[in-house]
Amino acid sequence: MSTTLERNAPITSPGQNEHPQRKWQDYFGFSTDHKVIGIQYLVTAFFFYFVGGALAEVMRTELSTPDPDFVQPEFYNQLLTMHGTIMLFLWIIPAGAAFANYLIPLMIGAEDMAFPRLNAVAFWMIPPGGLLLMSSFFNGAPQAGWTSYPPLSLVSGKSGEEIWILSILILGTSSMLGAINFVTTILLMRMPDMDIHSMPLFCWSMLATSGLILIGTPVLGAALVLLSFDLIAGTAFFNPAGGGDPIVYQHMFWFYSHPAVYIMILPFFGAISEILPVHARKPIFGYRAIAYSSLAISFLGLIVWAHHMFSSGTPGWLRMFFMATTMIIAVPTGIKVFSWCATIWGGKLSLNSAFIFAVGFLSSFLIGGLSGVMLASVPFDIHVHDTYFIVAHFHYVLFGGSVFGLFAAVYHWFPKMTGRMVNETLGQIHFVMTFVGFNITFLPMHQLGLQGMNRRIALYDPQFQTLNMVCTIGSYILALSTFPFIINVIWSLYKGKKAARNPWRALTLEWQTASPPIIENFEEEPVLWAGPYDYGVDTESIDGDEDVEDMLAAVTAEGN
Amino acid sequence: MNIPSSILTLIAGVAMTLISLWYGQNHGLMPTAASSDAGDVDELFNFMMTIATGLFLLVEGVLVYSVIKFRRKKGDTTDGPPLEGNVPLEIVWTAIPTVIVFILSIYSFEIYNRMGGLDPMTAGDPGPQMAHSHNGAALVALDTNRQNIALGLGVSPDSNQDVNPLEIKVNGIQYAWVFTYPETGVISGEIHVPVNRPVALNMTAGDVIHAFWLPEFRIKQDVIPGRETNLVFTPNKVGQYPVVCAELCGAYHGGMKTQLYVESEEDYQKWIQENTFAMKDNSSESVAMSPVDSEAKFLAPYANDLGVDAAALAQLKP
Amino acid sequence: MQGSTVDNHAQIAIASEKEAAEQGHHGHPDHRMFGLYIFLVSDSMTFIGFFAALLIYRAIMPVWPPEGTPELELLIPIINTSILVASSFVMHEGQKALKKDNVKGLQKWFGLTAAMGAVFLAGQAYEYFHAEFGLTTNLFSGCFYVLTGFHGLHVLTGVLLILSVLWRSRQEGHYSSSNHFGVEAAEIYWHFVDVIWLVLFVLVYLIN
Repeated sequence: MSTTLERNAPITSPGQNEHPQRKWQDYFGFSTDHKVIGIQYLVTAFFFYFVGGALAEVMRTELSTPDPDFVQPEFYNQLLTMHGTIMLFLWIIPAGAAFANYLIPLMIGAEDMAFPRLNAVAFWMIPPGGLLLMSSFFNGAPQAGWTSYPPLSLVSGKSGEEIWILSILILGTSSMLGAINFVTTILLMRMPDMDIHSMPLFCWSMLATSGLILIGTPVLGAALVLLSFDLIAGTAFFNPAGGGDPIVYQHMFWFYSHPAVYIMILPFFGAISEILPVHARKPIFGYRAIAYSSLAISFLGLIVWAHHMFSSGTPGWLRMFFMATTMIIAVPTGIKVFSWCATIWGGKLSLNSAFIFAVGFLSSFLIGGLSGVMLASVPFDIHVHDTYFIVAHFHYVLFGGSVFGLFAAVYHWFPKMTGRMVNETLGQIHFVMTFVGFNITFLPMHQLGLQGMNRRIALYDPQFQTLNMVCTIGSYILALSTFPFIINVIWSLYKGKKAARNPWRALTLEWQTASPPIIENFEEEPVLWAGPYDYGVDTESIDGDEDVEDMLAAVTAEGN
Repeated sequence: MNIPSSILTLIAGVAMTLISLWYGQNHGLMPTAASSDAGDVDELFNFMMTIATGLFLLVEGVLVYSVIKFRRKKGDTTDGPPLEGNVPLEIVWTAIPTVIVFILSIYSFEIYNRMGGLDPMTAGDPGPQMAHSHNGAALVALDTNRQNIALGLGVSPDSNQDVNPLEIKVNGIQYAWVFTYPETGVISGEIHVPVNRPVALNMTAGDVIHAFWLPEFRIKQDVIPGRETNLVFTPNKVGQYPVVCAELCGAYHGGMKTQLYVESEEDYQKWIQENTFAMKDNSSESVAMSPVDSEAKFLAPYANDLGVDAAALAQLKP
Repeated sequence: MQGSTVDNHAQIAIASEKEAAEQGHHGHPDHRMFGLYIFLVSDSMTFIGFFAALLIYRAIMPVWPPEGTPELELLIPIINTSILVASSFVMHEGQKALKKDNVKGLQKWFGLTAAMGAVFLAGQAYEYFHAEFGLTTNLFSGCFYVLTGFHGLHVLTGVLLILSVLWRSRQEGHYSSSNHFGVEAAEIYWHFVDVIWLVLFVLVYLIN
């Protein structure tokens, strides 16, 4: 029984073979195992990432010249709508849910999520929702942007718009059901020894994320139901021609969609808080500050939505109020960034793929954060609203932030998920290409926006061509950067070095079980012998000769 | 040579400050500023850019330094120092951003007020004024009780209140801007204004939401069907500037552009006269024509899609 | 496997072992009520979204309700409101009966609740057919139908939940004083629908 608890035991140890293993068929069926569901989420999300990325490449190709010569402007609008929707609702949000599903039960020492069947239902809403959305291409995809502002969304292609609404409702419901599971699991299913302040920070960030999903998503649902009535039944909630008001839609839409930004970034804040200490061999700096700042961001995230509407139908006093609340968000975010920097300061850094992606996350997210504070300022935002400056800003947050964090997480937990180590060289090539391509693509967009290039256009002023060409070249590098990644994943899956139980010598509970974990996670109930980030605190008992069994015996004796 | 680390830190700090101060003034990212409001916004942007550059250098410096300096030696499997936090330090880095955003908020508020954003005439939201219009064509009508109260930027509080602003009605339709000069009845697809006189735009849209953006004036306001929005600005530089639609309004959103001409008083009067005569000859020609030649050529095949049909034109006649 | 618990809280270990023995290896305490509460919080946000839209229209429109909106008939809604409120108390009687292991009582009271729910829905349908305005008449009528309709869907779901509880209660020993999640969940949901109706009634019928 103790064999699997021994450090660095290879997964093929005799003890392992007694456990039933997951078959490949399980990953295509209605499995209620949170680890299977986690992988299902992750693979599905990556599928849509490649689709969304391909759409982006078509758009960048179109934008390499000022004239709409590569694709028709109408099709360009379909592309931008689908790119936005797919990347947000089918890539980043499900990818966050993937890690939440996979890691939460392992991190808190539980066998599974609180509601395994509900969990499977939540996942299985995503493929139909995604395919439904993609099917709209055959019948005229939606072309009013991912924001679908009426009245444009009411007059530009009924069927595409309605398909868009339906698929967002499906995906939103899925994310809500997932959130119910996360909250319940985190709050009620932690192992008895683990109080809320010895819980890994990833769980804190998922708690904050789930709160936002539960409060925000239904309001988006309400907005879309009303939009749907306008579209099909001919009501006029948002249609000025019938006495309605399009601004009400904007308020309801952003009440969800601003928190949605935090729904997309908070899980990866959590992942970064896990990854940095392990590879820096140092405790996280300011555990409580990071944990509470997630909750603060989540709360503030609910009262800043109208900063997306500074140049829209908002009166002056409202603009001032939302400017103030938006500015305040810089404080908890700043706390996080500084704490992460302090965590790696003075550590013993292993510059492996997971860690360099995490540092890449810090350095790119920083730019997105700084431009975010600028955008909070109303007079400045009025100038750059709906320009390429905004495009640059949110790609620095969502690509530089979420996607870099996501790749860091993939590299960090790949050994746990598959039982194989990744190829470091390919991982580093992947990082360099992504980082370089990313910055070449999005950094010049700041200048484009400031100089006067508006967003969502297929044709633009010839004076902007040089910078656009640079962006397009950067986007090709970015596209190429996925190849080392795909090769790495496939190669490592079959040929990678077998991963030990705990290859990173990490302290959180998921590393106490086999790689990949057995069905129902833990051979025995896991033991909490150290806090999640107690690196360097009690090195003796972790790295010393003391056998796990002895420790167990000692703990049991104490308890009795 | 052995320089104490405190001196190195000091030098780094001074260098960082100097670089930030220099870059904050010399980034060259903004286009020409053609009004005093634009100058104010640039000042604010330079200030934010200075702070952002400083923070950027600080954090990136820490990251680069750490990655180089604190790399794990080969074969070293020990852990780093078990430093779990430092309350005074954490208080400092909570306080600094708080102070910065506080200053930024006050400063932005001040600038926004100076731009006329808190002008009581424009700061209140009157809601849609055409709630009971039964006729799509009547959308541009105004609720008489609420005239002159709308959204957007109003008259700057410190501007010369005696000068009567030049009023221009703006109508955004897919994919063109139509400007009506109520004083003279001129209708045009381009906008001409005299230099140094406040211009008050009363804007509405005929179909979907558009946004009226003047990059050189740093001002933008959504143009919303069923509502009236305002922009007041005072150009102070003669020249030709782009007018851009900045809210997705359909397939040719990118083509919805025209020019703003800031002219001397004489040139402006000349233009008005010419166009007043032209109006008498043919009232619709000047509207249907897209201002820039290349675009006109480009958009010609799509004239039907542009929404500039007979009905729209009829509606524009004074 | 569960037997070799290495837990220093002996009490919890014993408790969870019992749990495990009762429910098999998957056993963990029942968190379904907690999940239901979270769901209801989330669901209430949908209604808050609709209510907010209604209130914003009220606040910003120059004339509200829009000209030409006929007075709403209040008689049927008031009867409906009292039926719905009363049904919540009736339903609670059923739960009390079950706490005393009286399944017959549960069936009686829950049956009555379902009937009252059906009467409410019928009243709603009557109101729809006799209303002087349609869905697309104006902004107010749109809000009226969407809000009452969305609430009506919730009532319908509640009635179906109650019926499924009744169906299952025919099986001997399915519900008892110690095992009553379905009963409790249906009841909490019904109270939720009830409270939402009260807010809706005030916002839509009383203060327009």
